[in-house]
Amino acid sequence: MKFGVVVFPGTWSDKDCFYVIDQVLHQPVEYIWHKDTDLTGFDCIILPGGFSYGDYLRCGAIARFSPVMKSVEAFANAGGLVYGICNGFQILCESGLLPGVLIRNDHLQFRCEWTSLRIENSDSPFTSKAEAGQVISVPISHGEGNYFADSATLDEIEKNNQVIFRYSSPEGCIDRENNPNGSLNNIAGITNREGNVLGMMPHPERCCDPLLGSTDGEVIFRSISDTLLKLTS
Amino acid sequence: MFDKQVLDQLALSEVEYGMIVERLGREPNHLELGLFGSLWSEHCGYKHSKPLLKMFMSDNPRLLVNPGDENAGVVDIGEGLAIVFKVESHNHPSAIEPYEGAATGVGGIVRDIFAMGARPIALLNSLRFGSIDKPHNRYLFDGVVSGISGYGNCIGIPNVGGEVVFAESYTGNPLVNAMCIGILRQEDMTRATTGGEGNLLVLVGSGTGRDGIHGASGLASRTFDDDRELRPTVQVGNPFLEKVLIEACLEAAASGRLVGLQDLGAAGLTSAAVECAANGNSGIQLDIDKVPRRDTGMEPYEVMLSETQERMLLTVSSENLDFIRAIFDKWDVECSVIGKTTNTLRTEIFEDGVLKGDLPVDILTDPPLYVIDSIRPSYLDELHSFDWDTIDIPSEGPTETLLKILRSPNISSKHPVFRQYDHQVQTNTVIAPGNDASLIRIKGTTKGLAASTDGNGRLCYLNPYIGGIIAVAEACRNVSCTGANPIALTNCLNFGNPEKPEVYYQLENCVRGMAHASEAFESPVISGNVSLYNETRDQAIYPTPVIGAVGLTENVGKNCDIGFKNEGDVVFLLGAESFQEPVSTLSGSEYLEVIHGKVAGNPTIDLEMEIKVQKACRSLIGANLLNSAHDCSDGGLAVALAESCISGGLGLKASLPDVERWDVALFGERQSRIIVSFSPEHLERFDLICSENNVPSIQIGMVEARSFTIEGLVDLDVSKASDTWHNALEVVDLSY
Repeated sequence: MKFGVVVFPGTWSDKDCFYVIDQVLHQPVEYIWHKDTDLTGFDCIILPGGFSYGDYLRCGAIARFSPVMKSVEAFANAGGLVYGICNGFQILCESGLLPGVLIRNDHLQFRCEWTSLRIENSDSPFTSKAEAGQVISVPISHGEGNYFADSATLDEIEKNNQVIFRYSSPEGCIDRENNPNGSLNNIAGITNREGNVLGMMPHPERCCDPLLGSTDGEVIFRSISDTLLKLTS
Repeated sequence: MFDKQVLDQLALSEVEYGMIVERLGREPNHLELGLFGSLWSEHCGYKHSKPLLKMFMSDNPRLLVNPGDENAGVVDIGEGLAIVFKVESHNHPSAIEPYEGAATGVGGIVRDIFAMGARPIALLNSLRFGSIDKPHNRYLFDGVVSGISGYGNCIGIPNVGGEVVFAESYTGNPLVNAMCIGILRQEDMTRATTGGEGNLLVLVGSGTGRDGIHGASGLASRTFDDDRELRPTVQVGNPFLEKVLIEACLEAAASGRLVGLQDLGAAGLTSAAVECAANGNSGIQLDIDKVPRRDTGMEPYEVMLSETQERMLLTVSSENLDFIRAIFDKWDVECSVIGKTTNTLRTEIFEDGVLKGDLPVDILTDPPLYVIDSIRPSYLDELHSFDWDTIDIPSEGPTETLLKILRSPNISSKHPVFRQYDHQVQTNTVIAPGNDASLIRIKGTTKGLAASTDGNGRLCYLNPYIGGIIAVAEACRNVSCTGANPIALTNCLNFGNPEKPEVYYQLENCVRGMAHASEAFESPVISGNVSLYNETRDQAIYPTPVIGAVGLTENVGKNCDIGFKNEGDVVFLLGAESFQEPVSTLSGSEYLEVIHGKVAGNPTIDLEMEIKVQKACRSLIGANLLNSAHDCSDGGLAVALAESCISGGLGLKASLPDVERWDVALFGERQSRIIVSFSPEHLERFDLICSENNVPSIQIGMVEARSFTIEGLVDLDVSKASDTWHNALEVVDLSY
């Protein structure tokens, strides 16, 4: 199994994601420069957080035109696992691989803080090692993480169980008080209809080490490697 | 002879102009005079501060590069690694345009750090504003915080700490001091040099525009009253370009093929190129027409003095040019050869082959230095002989008084600020903002670095020398509370107009105090920045040296934050044998200002005790005994205890027997005290380590579930204290 971490100009969670795959999962991982187009040999592509192209124009709007994105699209259409975190989620929405958009936080400020996430669906390849209803503590760090979609799209992703994570209280209660950015239905992460492309605003790569205060993010990375192991064995 | 108006714009005096003519043996032309105005400014030339900065010791076995030789000193931390760090002000730009002023302050300090081949791993910032209830101060505060957030978050460097202080003296003249820490493998270190003759000068990054002309001379080196005309002298930042510039420059530095690397900061290309020439003991020839522009019709004068952000100057040998150019091409960063180094020891500026300016490097880099005869300000005697009998014990009682102080903008939680900064990126942040100091791990080692910025303008106003000592002591104490040993310091000297003898007295004595403390802590001052002329309408700010302290721990796993951890833990005060303190410990306290509306008294510190207390604290943490450690400073003992309760989500049952005045016991701000908590089973080892270090201690009480009580004095539900403390900064009433 091999992970690829895409680096756009302005990406900054590339090294953090690489570190988790390499030092926590102990799995093979390589960086993929945004001008590269050959994804042969990769089993999971991670689009990490950051400010690709400075988030100028609109978050992810320029990155989606990077040469690598055509290959990522083909990779996803062929069933490969694609995982966008923060800016990666925004890029996936901009490129149409995920439905909806991420708009400015409703309070108009950037927020970096711990949030509680309720795992809504443990049938996904990204959460197979978690329990549905389980609450994990994962930090956010964004100014544009307010998930929005028209009501038909929203109904559809809810109906298809594409919502994987919702912002919640530590006890798992979904309410306005525990919504850090105004996201519709407290949505923190969704998959595409086929389930092989995940985007989420929170940063699980920041909580895979007891020294940093939490290891709750590990369950996502371990689910991915578990899925890949089953696929490749 | 130039008229006075031109000289004023450049902040040069007529005497200085005479000096230039005499040393050149001729009159300078307009371009040449512009170069002098920049390089002889306070900001670049340190005319008034250099003689004072010599007081700082720069002799320490950890120093790989001496401060003064480079942008910053380089500190050995073992295993082939080194760190560099520096704090820099962007006060005047932030007063005029708070968002861009603060944003470009962050950008500037970050370039200083990666110019040395170091990867920036942490940002901190020290901010000061006038009273938050005045709308203009609120506007500056919001703008500065947004600017730091907007720029800092984009470049992927965690903003791990700092401080925010409000005091009337900063109205109209906020202080925005940004600090950056970088780490490097020792063999990757780069220097700001031309490396002698025969090399190419390569400019990378942004196209040069008309922004920021006269920033160093006009903005940073004189006082100003009407800020509207100055707005165009504030630069506009492009954090995205900064981020790719960091990556491209570090890739170039790690290739080992750079001769020199220098950032373009104050005075832009002028100061970058001339400083490299001076360090490389060479001359330079600049083809000004080769400088990429983003504006048309620019004069050589404008190109040389532009302070357009996100530019770096590289020195490269011709055989390595293609290799280096390929790196910048990969990152889509513009890269242009703009000149070469010569053996003439002159700065020669050509435009389309025509010589436009020709000046000896040594005259440009040798501004006159001034030592002012200082006069002890007359206000000191009056404040020192303050009659403490006039301070009545508040009738509202201790609990209400404590709540009032917890609600004051200086004491209340800065969470509304810090949560706008990404403090976790790079996944190294072990202790986050909101503690005494922050702690980051160094991946691939067991080491950690703790960092804190600290300053106390009020105390420096009351006693510049003692205030200078306390600023260093507090910054180091914050670092020691995490378990790390303070190994080096940086500083930013924010003062009024040094040409006034009373202001010079403050400057001179603060520096003397800081230098004394730096020696006592064996922590050299490795870098610094001077921001003078911080005055509005003739009124100087509090003398405000800001200290950045960085500590090293060899075992990052053994650390402490400020929050209580377990019910039943015992709570002790290190550095005190009783709770009875003299009333004079209210000098310059938050209590005195918030409750009684007074800034008075004469602060003191026992430096010997300070050093012992910090050492004992580090030993206790190193022995894995402590569950929390919190510096007892602003607001006094009661505030520090409340903060440990709030941070840990636990209560405390305490008693302070035998105190005469409860206000002094609860809110006095005697230095050199640390609140610690630990399991009672460690009592014996705790006593042993305290007595080995010859440090007194006294039990305060025991951690309990929900309420914070001090027998007969305070009775407070922790959730109420927490709400008061957390919400104060957000609910400030704006009387627009």
